[in-house]
Amino acid sequence: MGNAAVGPTSQVPDAAVPIAPASIWEIFLEFLIIGATSFGGVVPYLRGSLVTKRQWIDDKEFVEMLSISQSLPGLNATNMAVLVGEKLRGWLGSVVAIVGICLPGGALMYAVGLFYHLHGDHPWTTAGLKGVAAAAVGLILSTVVGLSKKALSHKFDFAFMAATVLAVNRLHWSVPRALLLVGAVAILFHYPRNSEKDDKDQ
Amino acid sequence: MNQAPTLLRVFAYLSLLTVGGGMAAFPEMKVLTVDEHHWLTFAQLIHIYSVGQMAPGPNMMMIVVIGQWAGGFLGALLTVLAFFGPTALLAFVVAKGWRKLEKWPWRRSIQRGLAPVSIGLLLAGCFTMAKGAITGFETGALAVGTLLVLLQYKINPAMLVVAGAVIGIFSFMPK
Repeated sequence: MGNAAVGPTSQVPDAAVPIAPASIWEIFLEFLIIGATSFGGVVPYLRGSLVTKRQWIDDKEFVEMLSISQSLPGLNATNMAVLVGEKLRGWLGSVVAIVGICLPGGALMYAVGLFYHLHGDHPWTTAGLKGVAAAAVGLILSTVVGLSKKALSHKFDFAFMAATVLAVNRLHWSVPRALLLVGAVAILFHYPRNSEKDDKDQ
Repeated sequence: MNQAPTLLRVFAYLSLLTVGGGMAAFPEMKVLTVDEHHWLTFAQLIHIYSVGQMAPGPNMMMIVVIGQWAGGFLGALLTVLAFFGPTALLAFVVAKGWRKLEKWPWRRSIQRGLAPVSIGLLLAGCFTMAKGAITGFETGALAVGTLLVLLQYKINPAMLVVAGAVIGIFSFMPK
């Protein structure tokens, strides 16, 4: 598969190096494949496909686009599709990328919806779903732990996290209210300092 | 289909709440789709969300099921458009500007400030779901077990959700 891309560092990524050209059809097909195969989280599949296999973007761009995707509302998967599609082929690239990545999972869930209505109260289904839901709670918790390790550096960050949980679960604030109020305090707390001592030194 | 405007409104609104991940919108999704519009029950919402974790692609495609139950094929289509359209447009418009703001000092402040809040929203969504999904000792043990395995080993999370289904069938079948 990745014949020319065995070592990611073998070619120095450089803005002057022309990226592999991509047609609208190729973009659609690539995102359709990602949409059909990315079991258990899209990010590694996106990287493997766009950076390693197709070389449409380099690693630096990938990380930057991912950080934009995570800061904006919307799922990483669809935001990445929009950003990469836009970079390759403008708005039409964005459209085919997001349709491609959503289509397989959407069709599958449509079938799940039909099946659930037919067999949802079968004892096997009920028992299986009970296990699936419990496992999903564990899965979300592991995402919380993973993200906290990566993104929370200051002890006050944990206070902001706890405040958000309390606001939504205990005080029953709406999500936008919690986001705006706690978010504003947290952003002001991290106001730009001149020294940037915990940032990388120039 | 008389649900069309409501579906569009509800899912366009929910779409804007998915900061840091789809789960951030879960508490609000429960209030709107279950309590307010009665498109499905809380148990069903938890079920389809969890099954959705086994599907490939963006992990909130479970919204397709809500749209389908509320308004058939058209309902499903409208739900997807409403849920992914607004944020896609936002990403499209903001991306270029955000890149130009690389030197703007507040950009980093915004990213660092939003991180704990978005993780908090994820956790709040998780607790909302746990209220319905963790019904006793066995389901609690299964959730903690999944968490520990995922923290300890590099394993595809979708496989563990499949394992949850198998364990569920063997453990929770009525005798």
